[in-house]
Amino acid sequence: MAETTRSIEIEVLRYRPEQEDAPVWQRYTVPFTDDMSVLQGLQQIKDDQDGSLSFRWSCRMAICGSCGMMVDGKPKLSCQTFLRDLLPGPVRIEALAHFPIERDLIVSVDKFVDKLEAIKPYLIPKEPRTLAQGEYLQTPAQLQQYEQFSSCINCMLCYAACPQYGLDDKFVGPGVLALLHRYNADSRDGGREQRMEVVNANEGVWSCTAVGYCSVVCPKHVDPAHAVNQNKVNSAKDYFLRFVAPKGGG
Amino acid sequence: MPTTTMQTLQVDVAIVGAGGAGLRAAIAVAEADPSLSIALISKVYPMRSHTVAAEGGAAAVTQPHDSLEAHFHDTVAGGDWLCEQDVVEYFVAHSHEEMVQMEHWGCPWSRTPDGRANVRAFGGMKIERTWFAADKTGFHMLHTLFQTSIKYPSIKRFDEHFCVDLLVDGGRAQGVLAINIASGEFQLIQAKSVIIATGGAGRVFRENTNGGIVTGDGMALAYRHGVPLRDMEFVQYHPTCMPGTGLLFTEACRGEGGFLLNKDGYRYLQDYGLGPASPKPVNKAMELGPRDRLSQAFWHEKQKGRTVDGPHGAVVHLDLRHLGEKYLRERLPQIYELAVSYLGVDPAKAPIPVLPAVHYTMGGITADGRTAAPLPGLFSVGECSSVGIHGANRLGSNSLTELLVFGKVAGIEAVAHAKAHGHGDTATLARLAQASQAAALAIIERRGSGERVATLRREMAQTMEDGCGIYRSADTMQATCDKLAELKARFKTVQVDDHSRGWNTEWLLAIELGYLLDVAQAMAHSALARRESRGSHQRLDGFEARDDVNYLQHSLATYAGDAAPIISYGPVKITTSPPGTRAYGAAGEQADAARQAGQSAQETAHG
Repeated sequence: MAETTRSIEIEVLRYRPEQEDAPVWQRYTVPFTDDMSVLQGLQQIKDDQDGSLSFRWSCRMAICGSCGMMVDGKPKLSCQTFLRDLLPGPVRIEALAHFPIERDLIVSVDKFVDKLEAIKPYLIPKEPRTLAQGEYLQTPAQLQQYEQFSSCINCMLCYAACPQYGLDDKFVGPGVLALLHRYNADSRDGGREQRMEVVNANEGVWSCTAVGYCSVVCPKHVDPAHAVNQNKVNSAKDYFLRFVAPKGGG
Repeated sequence: MPTTTMQTLQVDVAIVGAGGAGLRAAIAVAEADPSLSIALISKVYPMRSHTVAAEGGAAAVTQPHDSLEAHFHDTVAGGDWLCEQDVVEYFVAHSHEEMVQMEHWGCPWSRTPDGRANVRAFGGMKIERTWFAADKTGFHMLHTLFQTSIKYPSIKRFDEHFCVDLLVDGGRAQGVLAINIASGEFQLIQAKSVIIATGGAGRVFRENTNGGIVTGDGMALAYRHGVPLRDMEFVQYHPTCMPGTGLLFTEACRGEGGFLLNKDGYRYLQDYGLGPASPKPVNKAMELGPRDRLSQAFWHEKQKGRTVDGPHGAVVHLDLRHLGEKYLRERLPQIYELAVSYLGVDPAKAPIPVLPAVHYTMGGITADGRTAAPLPGLFSVGECSSVGIHGANRLGSNSLTELLVFGKVAGIEAVAHAKAHGHGDTATLARLAQASQAAALAIIERRGSGERVATLRREMAQTMEDGCGIYRSADTMQATCDKLAELKARFKTVQVDDHSRGWNTEWLLAIELGYLLDVAQAMAHSALARRESRGSHQRLDGFEARDDVNYLQHSLATYAGDAAPIISYGPVKITTSPPGTRAYGAAGEQADAARQAGQSAQETAHG
């Protein structure tokens, strides 16, 4: 890969509530090499030009989920989006859409975490087991039923992509519904009935209008749209079973 | 403008750091006694913690032909006999139950066809015993622990709270002071027990695999309050990292059969006592040798001019092509994507350029086998801690297990301590906290002509690489010590652009730089003082051999303010394994055979 240094314009939507009433665009000229990510561009600004520019980051390798932001209007992890792919610029960078901005590129994560906590995102064992009994048996095929949905890094790009979440932030949303499905689809788990209350609620799967952009932007191929769709099927089954059997049905 | 308001809260147990170790400890406290209150404090949301980046797996004796003795021996010999052997015994004996516990909590371990947890080969491990979840083991463990922690109402999280001080009164750790990052307000958390679980300090080096948050915070806090940092000269270089960024290509690449090639396409490790080179992976040989030996071999190849020149310096090739795309996508999916998206290399079609980068700090906060620091009320666990299992070189896949086994121990010990002690005097702690708050605020209130944070950070990282890299000599280490003293002086007038309170990340970077500089000093001075070569600490200036007569001892770096740290030494606990020859490949087989023959002769004699 070339090591030549070129420069690119990066425009950042700044918002500093202690200094300004409304967001403003600020432009920086950033030297870059072909192997530099958008995150490295922002780090160059912070280190050498303007220390007040604020953004979250940590792992640099698309696994910690911290550095989601809008890059030229699309939700991206800035650490695996490369400046070479955004030429000639200027690159426009904003905080993730659909979330309240706390400052600059930092959005409030609270509501997302509240939703995540609400769906009982932990194994509720179908058959409790002691440590002495060893591990549950789970075949590779059973693992495959939920593995993809367990790969969500909580980066929230899918929320920024979801038009429904943009309209109503009470919607549980794609990432958390995928996580819910991850546990429901786990052969060791018996908590589906408890979680279906969330699924069936107005803010659950039925809020989704099947746009599918969530799965397009997911950096980890979790395919939350697929998880939501599966739960629409489950929810519909629950609905009809309610007429023939007591709560939960089968 | 800055105010002096401070929130105050009393809890039974405060835990700083909510990565794997902190979360495991919090769950242990909650399970031991649900009536105890817990504050789990982290400068990031728990799922952002650096445990997330661990790839390869977690070791635990699992197969019928494996044994606790074998895991013990691999660990102790791998650590070049600087391990606390009684602690290693406890560790290997409790590893498997922790893996099963994680399984019960939902961790998506990779499976064998009959549904049992699968194990893979790992460097320096004689028998396959590394549990894994594809090549995202740390990610899955962290998310499993975080999500499981939500079950326990007694765990109160302080997400995005940055710890600026440990509060010590009457010779006892009694709480912490943290900044609520979003508001910039201060939070005093008074506690009967404090557990530090803040991870390592790899960011003191230039080229490293670590996330930006791995800045040695907890190490520096304990150190500044008189707790010695132990064995800090032992810093692990991981041999297969991405040029430029240092991002990690897991050891599992080699566990699955990957080769390391020099510029001639030659598997050069056979020239460094790791051979013979067989086409299939052989445990504890060639590419499955330990990390220190592999990184050292890279250095020698570079000296011989047999590495490949790349835009970021010398590299060798990690060749996975013979494993095929299908297998790579199943076993190493993240590695596949990293190579494609960051380097433009398809690992099924071309070798990946790699070089060694700093990965792990073997040393840390001095802890006994039950995680207790010499300072009553303080416990530590995980990479920040030196509980004594890694010695002079950690084996891959021992650290994820460590944070589970000792996370639980730390939780249980913190409970016992909290039950045996009441809260101290809140007013005294508040006075201490006010002073710490003023010191922290001084950084953003300072307006002058000081230097930028990044300037000092870069110089620190460069001098650490120059003086405390894979091979070391007295003159370069001394130069690094001198440079660090100079940087500490310059740090006193460091200048930030940002003078606001809410989400002032430049302020936090400045405080982190202070932590990094203290930890770097402990590393450099400990390294200079150890006049031998052992594990990851290798010298070129007349101290090339291991010296068990003088240095079969832990180094202890004690903070001395503006002066250089004081380096002293403490004993190493030997139970059943006297220091022996550390050998790998064919030579290792011979050494193992000799050791076993010796043992059975001894048993016969005693029988």
